[in-house]
Amino acid sequence: MPVASLENLRFAWDGSAAPLLDVPAFSIERNEGVFLYGPSGSGKTTLLSLICGVLLPTAGGARLLDRDLAAMSGPARDRHRGDHVGYIFQQFNLMPYLTVVENVMLAAQFSAARRRRIAAAGGEPRGEAMRLLGRLDLPGDILDRAVTDLSVGQQQRVAIARALIGGPELVIADEPTSALDQERRAAFLDLLLGECAAAGAAVLFVSHDRRLAERFDRRLALADINRAASDRPQ
Amino acid sequence: MTTILHLTWRSLVNRRATASLVVVAIALSVALLLGIERLRHDVRGSFARTISGTDLVVGARSSPIELLLYAVFRIGNPTSNISWKGYQAVAGHRDVAWIVPVSLGDSHRGFRVMGTTADYFVHFKYGRKQPLGFAEGKPFAGVFDAVIGAEVAQALGYRLGQAIVVSHGAGEVSFLDHADKPYTIVGILKRIGTPVDRTVHISLEGYEAMHVDWKGGAPIPGFSIPRDQVKKFDLTPKQVTAAFVGLKSRVAVFRVQRFVNEYLAEPLLAVLPGATLQEMWRVIGVGEQALLLVSGMVVLVGLAGMVAVVLAGLAARRRELAILRALGARPAQIFLLLAAESTLLTVFGLALGSLLVVVAIVGGGPLVETRFGILLGLGPPTPAEWRLAGAVLLAGFLASLLPGYNAYRRSLADGMMVRM
Repeated sequence: MPVASLENLRFAWDGSAAPLLDVPAFSIERNEGVFLYGPSGSGKTTLLSLICGVLLPTAGGARLLDRDLAAMSGPARDRHRGDHVGYIFQQFNLMPYLTVVENVMLAAQFSAARRRRIAAAGGEPRGEAMRLLGRLDLPGDILDRAVTDLSVGQQQRVAIARALIGGPELVIADEPTSALDQERRAAFLDLLLGECAAAGAAVLFVSHDRRLAERFDRRLALADINRAASDRPQ
Repeated sequence: MTTILHLTWRSLVNRRATASLVVVAIALSVALLLGIERLRHDVRGSFARTISGTDLVVGARSSPIELLLYAVFRIGNPTSNISWKGYQAVAGHRDVAWIVPVSLGDSHRGFRVMGTTADYFVHFKYGRKQPLGFAEGKPFAGVFDAVIGAEVAQALGYRLGQAIVVSHGAGEVSFLDHADKPYTIVGILKRIGTPVDRTVHISLEGYEAMHVDWKGGAPIPGFSIPRDQVKKFDLTPKQVTAAFVGLKSRVAVFRVQRFVNEYLAEPLLAVLPGATLQEMWRVIGVGEQALLLVSGMVVLVGLAGMVAVVLAGLAARRRELAILRALGARPAQIFLLLAAESTLLTVFGLALGSLLVVVAIVGGGPLVETRFGILLGLGPPTPAEWRLAGAVLLAGFLASLLPGYNAYRRSLADGMMVRM
């Protein structure tokens, strides 16, 4: 069973006749690392919103693990996302008024399933957050500091820890390296892929920077899976 | 739920500078509203407890409210007096159980001096028909004896046996003193929180004696009668300012009132203190309502300011909302996050505002009591105050729905998009 799949999905923003997305088929398998290339404004973030059920397709289906997202109630869909998807934004991933550890623990606070998995592994949220932060090379003395004291690179590493806490099956990363400089990009990618592999999570990595693609199991462009894009006059 | 409320709290703490300003603005408006209500309540209470057990107040014909104000509350000045003959006529009515005359017009260092009889200390009651009690000393007996109220004693540091000089006229500063005829303090009354506390009581004869060598409101030039000679004169008053009347039976009150009002020899007026007070509140009530309305509007302005601040902050917090959505927060929780923020600000504003009122009463209460004779109470909130506080809370809650709904709608529409 794929971690996430789209089937005959069409999506148009309200009031717009032409669909932004028309995806006949797209899926991510367990433990897979997928690189999705798309230039800015091509609908990447919208696609990610559909995969994790923040937006619903205009037509067709989106499945997250065993559930058809459109068939679920809103609160159930939100809970499902919180339980099974870790999400990393381009930048400013963190709640500015929480400490580093609290930011990581927040994902577990919103998800009973994540807390259960942490408990099943014999841990508790704070300890697990500390463990993950330690693996991501964040010095112990910053853990209880405000996240605003951190560098951008450190903030993105905290975001990895938050995405991974409680072992979700899928990590979605939306341009997570675009705020980092060249050397840090490679280091960040190493950490992300290494930790996701260690945690057994599939990764969907979206970027406009093709140079990062070679590290992934599968590489594709949004235009390859989106008929609405190829239909557009070039 | 607790996660969301915890986030709301942490977010507010993080923005404490702005949040405190909002809280202070709301607190000031709430203090104004509750303060005016408390003042209104206590003014009414102070007035209502000033006189009790007196069936009629009799004076020269004027407006009933005016008569009550100068005779009972020492506010304003009598325009004219009643003659001793007129007074005797009322006193002789068969339904009258007791009558106490009073003469007003002079003062002692800003405190009113009132000529009366020793019966005043027996019959004049306040609160729940409580008599005036003596803290020290006894009622006046001699012509130059004085009994002072508790506030007079405290403010001027007077003790029994001390001599005081009375000034002509009711002003705080007077250039005409009755310096040749000092009075001796023989009694100090208990503090009761009414104008009695701020009154110097002397006998009617003493009041008359002060003026035997005066004519037309000034000493007669080159003519002075020494203190020890004065008793040789007839000190029966020629006129008094007003009289407090107690009846044998409450049933007779309208009969006696009609008798006084229809007295032909001079224009007299008898009023029922309670009914006249009610009439006064009806007149003042319009002003009170207007004040409450204005202060209510000030609270709304405060709440509008809060909504503006929260909404302005919301624009900068869209990323936060997207993060929370990604973590599995429901739109309802996003709503709660923002609604709780405004509600919490209102609650803090309400609490701080109430505290300000308490501080103002503790700090300014003694001054208000000294200057205006109004006792500001620190007691528990009145039902009206609870209602106002509840209305503020409700208004704050309703106002909080706006940012809550705004955040809710955005979080649904934006998806994972963070439009900055």
